Amino acid sequence: MDDKIFSKEEWEKALEGLKDSHRIFVPVKEGDYHTFARLSEENRPDFDFQNTRLSPKSLILPQSERMFDYSLDEKSEEAHILKEATKESSPQVIVGLRPCDALAIQLVNINFDNPEYRDPWWVRGIESTTSVGLGCNEPCATCFCSSTGGGPFNEKGLDVLLYDLGDNFFVRSLSPKGESLLEKVQGGKSADGSAKEEAEKLSASALEKITSKVPTDQLRGKNVNALFDAPFWDEVAFSCINCGTCTYLCPTCWCFDIQDEVLGKEGDRLRNWDSCMFPLFTYHGSGHNPREKKVQRVRQRFMHKLKYYVDKYETGVACVGCGRCVQHCPVNIDIREVFELANGL
Amino acid sequence: MENPYLPYPVRIKEIITETEDRNLKTFHFEFIHPEDEEKFVYTPGQFAELSVAGQGEIPIGIASSPTEKGSVMFTVNRVGAVTTYLHNMKPGETMGIRGPLGNWYPWEEMEGKNVVIIGGGFAFTTLRSSIIYMIQPENRSKFKDITVVYGARSPGMLLYREELTQWEQRDDIDMHITVDATEDPDWKYNVGFVPTITEEKITSADNAVALVCGPPIMIKFTQPVLEKLGFPPEKIILSLEMRMKCGIGICGRCNIGDQYVCKEGPVFSLAQLKELPQEY
Amino acid sequence: MLEYTDKIRGIARKLLEEGTVDVFIGYKKGSVPMMNEPLLINDPGKADLLYWDSHCGLNLCNYITKRTDRIGIVANGCNSRNIVTHIIENQIKREQLYIVGIPCTGMFDHRAVQRAVEGKEISEVREDGTTLTVMGNGFEKTLEKGDYLRSNCALCLHRNPVEQDEMIADKVEEQKGMDPFPEVGEIEKKSDQEKWEFFTELISPCIRCYACRNACPLCYCPTCFVDEAQPQWVGKSIDPTDTMTFHFLRAYHCAGRCTDCGACERVCPVDIPVRQFTSKLNKDAFEFFEWEAGIRSDQRPPLDVYKIDDYNDFIR
Repeated sequence: MDDKIFSKEEWEKALEGLKDSHRIFVPVKEGDYHTFARLSEENRPDFDFQNTRLSPKSLILPQSERMFDYSLDEKSEEAHILKEATKESSPQVIVGLRPCDALAIQLVNINFDNPEYRDPWWVRGIESTTSVGLGCNEPCATCFCSSTGGGPFNEKGLDVLLYDLGDNFFVRSLSPKGESLLEKVQGGKSADGSAKEEAEKLSASALEKITSKVPTDQLRGKNVNALFDAPFWDEVAFSCINCGTCTYLCPTCWCFDIQDEVLGKEGDRLRNWDSCMFPLFTYHGSGHNPREKKVQRVRQRFMHKLKYYVDKYETGVACVGCGRCVQHCPVNIDIREVFELANGL
Repeated sequence: MENPYLPYPVRIKEIITETEDRNLKTFHFEFIHPEDEEKFVYTPGQFAELSVAGQGEIPIGIASSPTEKGSVMFTVNRVGAVTTYLHNMKPGETMGIRGPLGNWYPWEEMEGKNVVIIGGGFAFTTLRSSIIYMIQPENRSKFKDITVVYGARSPGMLLYREELTQWEQRDDIDMHITVDATEDPDWKYNVGFVPTITEEKITSADNAVALVCGPPIMIKFTQPVLEKLGFPPEKIILSLEMRMKCGIGICGRCNIGDQYVCKEGPVFSLAQLKELPQEY
Repeated sequence: MLEYTDKIRGIARKLLEEGTVDVFIGYKKGSVPMMNEPLLINDPGKADLLYWDSHCGLNLCNYITKRTDRIGIVANGCNSRNIVTHIIENQIKREQLYIVGIPCTGMFDHRAVQRAVEGKEISEVREDGTTLTVMGNGFEKTLEKGDYLRSNCALCLHRNPVEQDEMIADKVEEQKGMDPFPEVGEIEKKSDQEKWEFFTELISPCIRCYACRNACPLCYCPTCFVDEAQPQWVGKSIDPTDTMTFHFLRAYHCAGRCTDCGACERVCPVDIPVRQFTSKLNKDAFEFFEWEAGIRSDQRPPLDVYKIDDYNDFIR
């Protein structure tokens, strides 16, 4: 499909036109930050942002998600038998997600959809989603996506990529899903050569604006126990308060807990995001806790991203360089510094 | 798409209180749908999630042997909310089983070898499964000598006491039952800790594989005994416990290094564990 | 603030060299603007990592709980009050501490500063006496500190440390004559229904990351009630009932103990003004018991004492 050009008003109108057949999620300004919300009368898209405070991962892996429901009513023949909870799986479109966050979904996908087990809710979420990315004209000082296999206009994991040309969006389809979405979209015109050139220039100049760089490809060959026993973990962990900010804001953190909740005679089995920063995460019924100490939990988070994931899937790190943890860690633990320490070992 | 989180509905067929402190009960479950039993194909060493609607799930080693048809068996230690609830359930009640999960003891590798089984306390469940499996007439010839060291704090804390007595009388298993201490004057078996009894009774590591399950302290002191006997780390097989939720390597909590205990484990050789961070 | 930094470094170096303390706890300059990282050093050679400016957001008292060594620590008014609270709650012994007192004129509200430049990315800030110059791609703006203080700092009545071994500079003038609980008054005027709606709205973005709890030096329970599994008191989803339970109960656990250091609010990743919960309890502690937490080390907080002459009969 040819690249297209939409004026920004046209594009917003085009999204409105999709609303009946798709659930459309767009960046919306909420207080001082942006977050993804479903397009509606109240939730107007605002594409003037660097990145959303929370990553769009919750649109595939909600923070709390019903897995099963059941009756505890002894009179029911089906009492105590779990049934899969019904869940909206009509087509959804995420518009304006950043390339780093799209890449993150790809990295997490390896975990949820593997040759042995397919997580049904995740897989359906992925299948029903069309990702319309928005390239980053102005990466933040904390962005280091070009060090983690991505870039401000990286196409991986995206079905469509938008280039913000000021008054217009340059719209490029990247997959059959993207084509089929754009076929349904009203308006726009074919992009001419000069628009294409402008888009390419934008992409190249954005990449040059990335100032934060850290090698992330040096850890694969290192011995896992040497890294695990490295002397710097105590120092890295000292200031950590063991909250879940880094893990909940991180687009590649996927850990969850499974809980039953009952109201009267009706019950649900849910999954909720969980965090390796919390002591309860690994607490055995017996009272034993293999990661009892803060330093062990901090080490786990970084080792998982920098080493365990890399070794397990023989791929790159489980970090897309979005910089959220760097910006929002309450105590300024900076993953880039941890990369440097690990590289230097 | 098959949902790997969906338990098979089962009915509690029988509950047996195993130990004098009443903290260990054995549950026999039968599948409500016979076709589910056919799907639940397991190998000794694997575990399953026992699912109680309204309470949650717990990962428990399968104590029955796949050769025992008609029901599956689990021995449950009462430690947390789900197990406490489970202990108060009655035969006939409905719950769920999800699995089988995890890997199993290295049965192919164990064929043609002497098998040494070392168990302590309530961590004897998948070892029971293994013993039952090996002594089936169709399987017994696949293995050479079978030696079992099994210990508990006191005689009343031993699991599966009737079966222990039966195995004691067989001439194709070398049984060494032991207790840490007892005041019973009629106690006719050993008194002493598992590592000590292992050192006394196991004489050779030749052509042998050791399966070791027990509390961390037992494993800690048994390991050097086995190494001294000449067991290489590849031939010392351990089954680990870890806090688990999904049981299928997705929820992310039970890792040791890059290995999920629920999926790549729970069975690891000591050689494998030596390559991994010591965090379990 | 640079003169403070130099003095802190000098004192820390001396304390460590002379063996007066085993470790020294302060801040180091952060890797992003308006952010400093709590730091522990035990080597006098690392004293130059220490740093102080008006972006020291986390309460260092978090890091002394149950330590057994001798600790040098920097403390401004609120942090020193938390140290006092820690001492009376037996979390640390006074004789283990060497408190380097910092007269404080408040910390910057990084969110307000961010708003002042319309959310544009700030690449650098420069603090100069009472102003902050904020720089970014194509802009530079100078702000008066007084207009951009954290809300708790703007209302602070104890800017000078209440307990110290050495002051780093002369005391600053305390603020006087203002209502320390203006927002509570507004909420108190609401009807029950309005209050419910207000708090429901307030916590609606909460992601249950527990940063507010964990940033709080008062929250040192070995197992928090939200983490307790037997029995499980609170659900773990983001159901508003559970989230509300968490925030209210946490606030009540802090009643009569909170020094209004503002760390909880500083760290919230979704900008919830969580002081709205604790302020009310601080006001009640003040009005009912004439109590301000962490001022006196010879008296226990009002909610953990029993008096035979208590004016409430239910307790007698």
